[in-house]
Amino acid sequence: MTDKTKKRRLAVVNADSCVACGTCFAVCPFEAMEIYKGCYARPVGERCVGCGICERNCPIGCISIKIREEAV
Amino acid sequence: MKKGKHWYDYIWIWAIIYFSLSFFNIIFAWLGMIDFMLPLAFAIFGGSKYFCNRLCARGQLFLKLGGQYKLSRNVVTPAWMYSSIFRYGFMIFFLTMFGNVVMQTWLVASGAGDFQQMVTLFWSFQVPWEWAYTAGGVPDWVAQYSFGFYSLMLTSLLLGLIAMLIYKPRTWCSFCPMGTMTQGICKFKN
Repeated sequence: MTDKTKKRRLAVVNADSCVACGTCFAVCPFEAMEIYKGCYARPVGERCVGCGICERNCPIGCISIKIREEAV
Repeated sequence: MKKGKHWYDYIWIWAIIYFSLSFFNIIFAWLGMIDFMLPLAFAIFGGSKYFCNRLCARGQLFLKLGGQYKLSRNVVTPAWMYSSIFRYGFMIFFLTMFGNVVMQTWLVASGAGDFQQMVTLFWSFQVPWEWAYTAGGVPDWVAQYSFGFYSLMLTSLLLGLIAMLIYKPRTWCSFCPMGTMTQGICKFKN
């Protein structure tokens, strides 16, 4: 039996350089970003579809879109 | 699920109202204190950047102009501009200039300084602004503080607009003194 996986695009934030400006929160069409305790941005649960809008708008370029393999 | 519109999605209108009102009547500049006090209150008592993320009229305006109306070159902000040393250095400089405004107000209130109907842009260029104030309406120190505070607000707006044009729409947010201060408070608290 083989384990089935699916590829999923996801926004990944570099928390060390994030300035928590909230741009990603403002532009995300899926409300998939939050500012964690006012310190840095992070994707919320499964909502992020990796559309890349936050990546394009982040003023300091600390968001990247990664592809992850997840078990189905 | 796509998000719907919230009331605070229209808060950018406040920035236009604030700068327009204060342009014609400088006393309205005092309303800018809301932008000073609210972010600090959210950070100190709530441990969050609720203001920056939802209620910052200026940030929304930059996003609207630079993003929606494509007035920004959309080039990533240079690394030095969001480095800790620059962010905290700019914050200290900005607070020092704010302290200078308070000092000038104090001098006028105590009779030791002359009341000046001027807006100082970029902390250097004095622009006569007589149309925005009629003497006698309020004590001189109230008006002096208005001119000084409006100078800070207008200077930071212009800096933000320049940063928006050259880099990303919300590049200003990466070194905004209030944003730096509130993030620092949140990191300290959390």
